[in-house]
Amino acid sequence: MHTRTLAQLADDLRARRVSATELAKHYLDRVERLGSKLNAFITVTAEQALAQATVADRRLASGDATGLTGIPIAHKDIFCTAGVKTSCGSRMLDNFVSPYDAGVVERLANAGAVMLGKTNMDEFAMGSSNETSFYGPVRNPWDHALVPGGSSGGSAAAVASRIAVAATATDTGGSIRQPAALSGITGLKPTYGRVSRYGMIAFASSLDQAGVLTQTAEDAALLLEAMAGFDERDSTSLDEPVPRYSQLVHDKWDGVTIGVPESFFDGLESENAAAVRSALAELEKLGAKLKSVELKYIHLSVPAYYVVAPAEASSNLSRFDGVRFGHRAERGAGEDLTAFYMRNRGEGFGAEVKRRILTGTYVLSAGYFDAYYLQAQKARKLISDDFARAFRDVDFVAGPTSPTPAFGIGQKTDDPIAMYLNDVYTIGANLAGLPAISIPCGFVRNLPVGLHLVAPPLAEARLLKVAHHFQRATDWHARVPPSYA
Amino acid sequence: MDWEIVIGLEIHAQLATKSKIFSGASTQYGAAPNSQASLVDLGYPGVLPVLSGECVRMAVKFGLATNCEIARRSVFARKNYFYPDLPKGYQISQYELPIVHGGKVDVVLEDGSTRTVGLVRAHLEEDAGKSLHEDFAGMSGIDLNRAGTGLLEIVSAPDLRSAAEAGAYMRKVHALVRYLEICDGNMQEGSFRCDANVSVRKRGETKLGTRTELKNLNSFRFVEKAIEIEAERQIELIEGGGKVKQETRLYDPDRNETRPMRSKEEANDYRYFPDPDLLPVSIDEQLIARVRESLPELPDAKRERFMRDYALPAYDAGVLTVERALADYFEAVAKATKAAPKIAANWVMGELTGALNRDGLEVRAARVSAPALASLLDKIAAGTISGKIAKEVFEAVWSGEGSVDEIIEKRGLTQISDSASIDKLVADVIAANPTQVEQFRAGKQQVLGFLVGQIMKASRGKANPQQVNEALRKQLGSV
Repeated sequence: MHTRTLAQLADDLRARRVSATELAKHYLDRVERLGSKLNAFITVTAEQALAQATVADRRLASGDATGLTGIPIAHKDIFCTAGVKTSCGSRMLDNFVSPYDAGVVERLANAGAVMLGKTNMDEFAMGSSNETSFYGPVRNPWDHALVPGGSSGGSAAAVASRIAVAATATDTGGSIRQPAALSGITGLKPTYGRVSRYGMIAFASSLDQAGVLTQTAEDAALLLEAMAGFDERDSTSLDEPVPRYSQLVHDKWDGVTIGVPESFFDGLESENAAAVRSALAELEKLGAKLKSVELKYIHLSVPAYYVVAPAEASSNLSRFDGVRFGHRAERGAGEDLTAFYMRNRGEGFGAEVKRRILTGTYVLSAGYFDAYYLQAQKARKLISDDFARAFRDVDFVAGPTSPTPAFGIGQKTDDPIAMYLNDVYTIGANLAGLPAISIPCGFVRNLPVGLHLVAPPLAEARLLKVAHHFQRATDWHARVPPSYA
Repeated sequence: MDWEIVIGLEIHAQLATKSKIFSGASTQYGAAPNSQASLVDLGYPGVLPVLSGECVRMAVKFGLATNCEIARRSVFARKNYFYPDLPKGYQISQYELPIVHGGKVDVVLEDGSTRTVGLVRAHLEEDAGKSLHEDFAGMSGIDLNRAGTGLLEIVSAPDLRSAAEAGAYMRKVHALVRYLEICDGNMQEGSFRCDANVSVRKRGETKLGTRTELKNLNSFRFVEKAIEIEAERQIELIEGGGKVKQETRLYDPDRNETRPMRSKEEANDYRYFPDPDLLPVSIDEQLIARVRESLPELPDAKRERFMRDYALPAYDAGVLTVERALADYFEAVAKATKAAPKIAANWVMGELTGALNRDGLEVRAARVSAPALASLLDKIAAGTISGKIAKEVFEAVWSGEGSVDEIIEKRGLTQISDSASIDKLVADVIAANPTQVEQFRAGKQQVLGFLVGQIMKASRGKANPQQVNEALRKQLGSV
């Protein structure tokens, strides 16, 4: 049952071949048996899942169901969930029970999706390996000694191991797409503003975007359709109609031109490059035209990102002071306010979060602002313009998702720069606010790697369609890690 | 040595909206602590600010009323600092691109001259909460009801040259925001607050001296006193060979002195940057046109019109137009009464204002309505009652004893003006005061006043004074 896709399970539910309750029980059982090995979940909400499943069964019986009614999913623990601990992977919020639901959580609940629990993640989404979590690293289902990627590592591992049908995730610099690639699944980051950020704990507000981790592009289309849309509670959400992604994904394949920046292959491990090249060849076989494009300033994306993102984060994370919620340290005798803050934040935040707060505070400081923050904003504009120019000639820009397949737990933790370079291919789409997808495209040393496709603003439907047609012609996405088959 | 004081004011006007600038929570003053703080005001994880259109319209209104440039595009920025009453750890404000800039306000000074004060800018921002340091032994209480209330920060150019000018400017801005109905102006509740930048320089010098910023000036009087005392301090310091340090100082009204704030509270690098949670505010011509149409007659225009239409002296017109409600009250009286507008002005500035001040009431809560005052003035004009009696009637109406007519009737205050009654009153007084009558006949004119007084007293103030005079002269002449 668990090897079936979301789309297939939706059919099964509608045809009453399986009930939502049976499905919930099956997945809860997998979460319990397999989830702890992976450390994929921070919180399991079994009771609630069963209650939601009961309601879903009623809706299915009465014909009031959507394509998601009764589908067991997991939420990244960055989304606020009413009455359920929302930790953001941090000790700071280990005691935080959100009083409200995030927009994404609300929409999926209204559609009838069943929440299995909250998935592990890098602390405040800062990381590319899921090793910065207060709750410990998540293990890659393909090899437990390896990382699943990050920051949405828990969601990626849960979907890859089929202990959840699909999962929500967020992507600030690659946090959906890189773990999708490293875990062998499909990961979509929509256009900035396509999905509401309301209730999604902010890391870098101008870059953060909610998206999905699924087995297939078709599944991603179903989930995105329910999540996307204007939310008046988020001023940056786009007031644009939501296309019927779940239908458009099946549309006939029309001629597309895919731009390939040759620079993306410079220094890329040959096996990885070969996997991406053969995926591109496959797309060509399906009728796509390949064209070489140049992104002149893309090399600035990592440095620009590591100024803009920490700058915003340093301010976004100021609210975690232990005054109104979150971690509050024991107060030492005679301690003043500053000592109180320092203790709360010193204990509540982990090393990577502190590193980024310090970096961000530095780049915004008087005397450094122009040299760092303003320069980074200029670079960001150049990168955006680069993509816009490319999209005059091509429909998508393609390349590898990640420079390497999954790496060992602990392998890069002492080298933040090496860790940051994991996102070298994905960050551009965040800086430019563009939709992008990673789909499984082969294996390197028995580990999955991904093909990365970036599209113009709001072109999610075409992006999903190309991915879907690729997945109809290939079976990389259908491979399940042997111990979870 | 001859010193010049240079002052610029930063006024914080709390916008009179029902809900906060970035959340739907109520702005009602005086509710139980933290009962009006939404998750947005509390800075909860994941919540986002949504700008109130009402606050934008109010800022535009102020900008139009002060001939400011309205920015077609303005940007909210984050001002970052840690304090427990600032829940997010940053205040959403405007920094590089404020919503309005470059206007002016004309201020009439005590000597009747006008000074034009430049407005550098006015920007929108959110208020912080309140820290309560008393009542929590060894701890501080935080009340976030005020957190997120919309503020318009109005920054003047350093165009003010004395404490009195600063006070006059502040009063003018106060009048303006109340006219525009964008701020209730309540200084006790902190709806209208002010910081002052003060420096001194030798007269004739064009370079500005080092300034200090004075905080906690929550009344017109404190602004003036604080500036005076601070300028004195700076002058003494310089004359004694010292140098003014640029710093923030608190005014202590109890000791009438300024003193530096602890450097910890002051030395902040606010790390301003554009708030990524909010889009730039764009304002189109249509919005500006709609706001322009909603502008009321402003104090300067009203003042001129009162001088022209009601032939009021400049002083009266100025006093009456400080507050829109007072001006409206005066105008209602002036239009309804047969008495001269100047009489109406005297009564509004005298009896009415006196009674309001005595009872601590707003104009709109006046216990004598404009139509009632008009009818009272009509009674004087018609000779039904004297001006003196009218004051008694005013007080009676004020204390709720009834209408003007009822009180005159009930108390029997109608002026005595039939000649038979007056003749009798006069005759009685003449008969009762033979000595004074003798003195008068001997040429002592002043005695006449005493006799009139006696007659008025006998009539309990009701006799028509003019008729009494005439009758008295006639009877004294004919005896």
